This record gives sequence, C-alpha cells and structure tokens, in this order.
Amino acid sequence: MKHKHNISSEISFSYIVTNKKLTTIAALGVTIGIAIFVFMNSMVKGFDRISTESIFKNVSHIRLFKDDETSMPLVKNSQRQLESVIINPKIVPENNVLVNPDALIKLLKSQNNVKVVTAQTNVNVFYNNGKSQISGLSTGIDIEEANKMFNIKSFVVEGNADDLKNVQNGILLGVGIADKMNVRTGDNISITSSKNVLKIMKVVGLFRTNNSITDKSKSYINISLAQQLLQKNSSYITDININIEDYDNAAIYAKLFSKITGYKAEDWKAANETLMAAANMRKVIITVISFSILLVAGFGIYNILNMTITQKINDIAILKAMGFRGGDVVRIFVQQALIIGFLGIALGLTLATVLVSILSHVYVGGDIGFFPIRFEPSQYLKGLSFGFLVTFFAGYIPARKAANVDPVSIFRK
Amino acid sequence: MSRQIVLQTKNVGKYFYEPEKFRVLNNISIDAYKGEFLTLVGKSGCGKSTLLYLLSTMDTDYDGEIWIDEKKVTGLTQNSLAEIRNEKIGFVFQFHYLLPEFTCLKNVMIPALRLGHYTREEIEERAYKKLEILGLKDQALKPASKLSGGQQQRVAIARALINDPKIIMGDEPTGNLDSKNTQIVFDIFKQLTSEFGQTIIAVTHDNDFAKASDRTITMQDGEILDNGMNV
Repeated sequence: MKHKHNISSEISFSYIVTNKKLTTIAALGVTIGIAIFVFMNSMVKGFDRISTESIFKNVSHIRLFKDDETSMPLVKNSQRQLESVIINPKIVPENNVLVNPDALIKLLKSQNNVKVVTAQTNVNVFYNNGKSQISGLSTGIDIEEANKMFNIKSFVVEGNADDLKNVQNGILLGVGIADKMNVRTGDNISITSSKNVLKIMKVVGLFRTNNSITDKSKSYINISLAQQLLQKNSSYITDININIEDYDNAAIYAKLFSKITGYKAEDWKAANETLMAAANMRKVIITVISFSILLVAGFGIYNILNMTITQKINDIAILKAMGFRGGDVVRIFVQQALIIGFLGIALGLTLATVLVSILSHVYVGGDIGFFPIRFEPSQYLKGLSFGFLVTFFAGYIPARKAANVDPVSIFRK
Repeated sequence: MSRQIVLQTKNVGKYFYEPEKFRVLNNISIDAYKGEFLTLVGKSGCGKSTLLYLLSTMDTDYDGEIWIDEKKVTGLTQNSLAEIRNEKIGFVFQFHYLLPEFTCLKNVMIPALRLGHYTREEIEERAYKKLEILGLKDQALKPASKLSGGQQQRVAIARALINDPKIIMGDEPTGNLDSKNTQIVFDIFKQLTSEFGQTIIAVTHDNDFAKASDRTITMQDGEILDNGMNV
C-alpha cells in the first residue's frame, strides 16, 4: 500500500454528523459520568487530607515507646513437672522509660528520610483551680521541635507558644480546660501529678484543636518540668516521636525503627485504626458509586453504537464486500465511540473543574473553614484514563459484532 | 484459441445446513476468461447466486477449489480475501448499497482510498473519469441519496470500477432497473469487456440480457446444465 487514506475515520465522522442528536446525548452521558467521577474522588481526597492533617496535630508519623511488659515466672511451667507453679502475671511497674534516649534520638536522626525526631514525656495530671479539679494529660515537649512536628502554633488561639521557651513553668492549655478553670493567658494554674508533685504554672497560651476531648484535657509543658512532676531525672523520656518524609510509608519505617532500637515503634495508621478503617470504607463507597456512574455512561455509548450498526448494516456489508477487513470495520466504530468519548470526557473534566471550584467556595465552618477540595491532577488523570477505557470497550464490543457481519446474508435478503 | 483464464472453479460444492442439510451446489467446474461477458442463469433456487457468492470470496464455506487470477483463494485468511476483493473484484448488486451520507464522488472513491495505490487527488480524478464514463459527472457532488434509482445503480457501477478490477461480479445488476437503464448498464458492461479487457460475471433473470452476453452458463438443481462453450 503506497498511500494511506484514513477512510475509516471519514466514515465514522459521517456517522457522528448524521446522528448529531444521539451523539450529543451519549457524549453528555459521558460528561456527567466523568464529572461526577472526578468530583467525588477529589472530594474524598480533600476530605482524607484534612482528616490526616488533623490526626497529625496530635500524633506523629511514628511513635517509639517502651511497651508495657507483663511479669513472667522465673521457673518455666513444663508438663513433666508434677507440682504446679502458681503465677500472678502483672504489668511490671516503672519500666516504660527509654534507656539512653539521647543516643536513640541521634540514631534515629541519622536514618534516611527522617524529618523530625523529638522526645516527649507524658504526665497524667490534675488541673486545680481552687477546689475544682480536672484530670488530664500534660505533654512535656521541646516547643521548637514539637512545633516542627505538630505545627502547634497553627492552633494556638491566644498567647504565644514560643513563650514556653522563656517561661520555665509555662503551660499551653486546651481551651476547654481554660474555660472550665476560668483562666486566661497570664493567669496561674496549679497542677498535681500522680506522684503528688504540685506545681504552679503560668498560662502562656491557649490552643484549640476542635477535638473537644483533647481541648478539655490536654496541655503542653516543658519537658524538664514534666520530668520533675514525675520525680525523674532529665533522661526520663517516655516517647520519641518521629516524622518521616512520606507518611504513607510510616508502617515500613516503624518496623525498621523497632528493629534497630529494640523498642516498640507504632505508625500513625496502627495508632488510629478506626479512623483508617472509616477512611477506607469511604474510599470504597465513593469508588463503587463513581465507577457505576461511569459504567452507565459507557452503556450510553454502547447503545448508540449498537443502533448505528443496526442502521448501517448495509454499509458494513458493502464495505466488507469492497475489501474492508474486519479490523477496518472495528476501527470505524471504535473511532466513533472514542470521538463521542473524547467530547464527553473533555466536557466532563470542564464540568468537574466548575463543580470543584464551586464547592471549594462553600463554607462548612469549624476549623475546616471552606470545603477542603482542590484540583487533584491525579484524579483528572484517573478520570481521563478510565473514561477512555470505558469508552473503548463500549465501542469495541459492538464493533466486533459489526466486523463479524456476514455480507452474503445481507445481500441475499 | 488460448485465452487467459482469470477465474476457475474445480469441483466446487456446497451444503446448506438450514433448515436441514442439503447439497445446494455440486461438482461445479467453470472457467471465466479475460475480457468475457459471462452470465449465469437458471430458475430460482438453482444455486446461481450461491455460486456467485462463492466466487466473490465472501462465502468460504465450500468444498473444491477456486482460483482467481492464477492464485488459489481457497483456504486463504479473511484478511487476504478482503485484499483480493479490494484489488481484483468489483461488485454490483440488485440494490445499489451506496453510503447515503456521502456524495457520489466519495462513494466511488471509497474502495480506492482503502486500496491506497494512488494519492487522494489522483483517486478523485479517477473517480471523476469513471463517473464520466457512466454519464454522471454532473451529479458527482450530490449526496448519493438524492439521485434516481438508475443513477444510483450507475454510481454503484462506477464504484465497482474504481480499482480497475480484473473481474466485475453482478447479482441481478439490472434487477431494479427499467428497460432504458438496463440498456445503459448493458452497454457499459459490453464496453468494459471489449475496451478494457475486464471480465464480467453476472447472475440474471433477464433472458434478453443473458442472450446478448458473450456466454451464458445455465444451472439447474445445483449443477451446470450447460456451460455455454458449444454455442
């Protein structure tokens, strides 16, 4: 063949032009399918991002700590023994401390992809003001490093988190505690630890995470003060928090850190299993819905092609008689499907863009503010490729039928 | 006289399986020569159309052998058969089977565009020439659906001629035409065989049409009654 003329596409174009109305309807079906596919998936993506962000206000990617151990009998109970050993397993007290934390921190910091490593000591405390008392958790931190990790400053609503550095007995209180205790920035509040150590603290700021349990119980203090509350020395560290480059890989690194340090390393997904399960469920639901809509759009194309093929059965017969191969016939109808699909997808992506930009201006309140949706290039790409995939098969299945038309049976009618 | 054979069948036979197994063609051996105007006649159901569709390579369910242009076509793949039809065979049916969305010119061009031996401009020029032969040059740019029945049939003939096929096959090519248009088509066929050396094999019910052709093969009950060679 010396010259290649694309007669197949000319024919498919002519079928589209003569069937404008049906083509438009089929293309609109794809438009809606693609728009909703991209829109819904962007919505989930945005929602996931915001919920992950809110998790990371409290939780680091990986937390290294000494897991509670249960006491074991020194004599192993074997079956050959006639006498039984009576045991009473209990949690071994006072062992949840990391040995030589400075070396551990140094070791972790030297690992690849580790962004921030910070030590932390948690103390269970009572906040007292006069006779009123609230139980809660005070987290001893180094404010500078902790801010890098949890972005504490972003949810401080009053005062200044940096003051914690200068004020040795400073405390950063959750707004819930502040309300109940009726204290403001600059006021004093006394806290008591489980070791019955009482400290008078100066409120340097208030924070609001919008998680009411956290806001009503949590506070940040300097790590040295936390150690004093527990009557421990400065090497008393209960937790080491680690942030890595890509939080999706946390599970892998957790395993690695567990191995090299000998302590338990828990990744954020394991620590928030319920949340993760909910997120996965949401993802599955949205995927099923958006794929169903896309599939329905595919049926629209399938329908119009089936109709065209029935209408044009004579054309197909004569083309085959004149030497068009089965593949040429398939090309005619697949091309028709792809053109309809292309129109639909292009319009669909535009519509998705409009929907996303409208929703991103909808105010939902809380600490979220505007609806957390933005343009997700990956979702557009996904919509584009799945759109073409569905379109292709919606065209290919009837096209194959057309290619198998027996021209003789048409001519002999 | 040693004439060149362009189409040959060797003991071709065929069964129909619906509604029950039935030998529709039996032991058909015919030759068609270059530049011959051959007609196939016989009563309805004698198998002449069935034979024509075997010769056309569109129906491949038969026994025996078929040779076209000194090449055995029996057993070739569908794609190679399509190539052969595209290049060597032109078809004219009782119904014109033009693509109604396209102009006459485009309809004529389609097989040549598929074949791709020439550039688009050359094909267009050739299509105009074929339409001119059939007296339709002034109708070239009209949509095929806007023409009269006789004109449409002539466009279909022009389309069959576009690739200068060795063989033109017709299944009742004048079946839907009045006597005036029948005469026109007949004259064109005559001209093609004599001037351009193309072979025409046509199935017909029209006895006058058959009589005026070079040779008539008469069939009965799936067998050749008279191959017309003795006339």
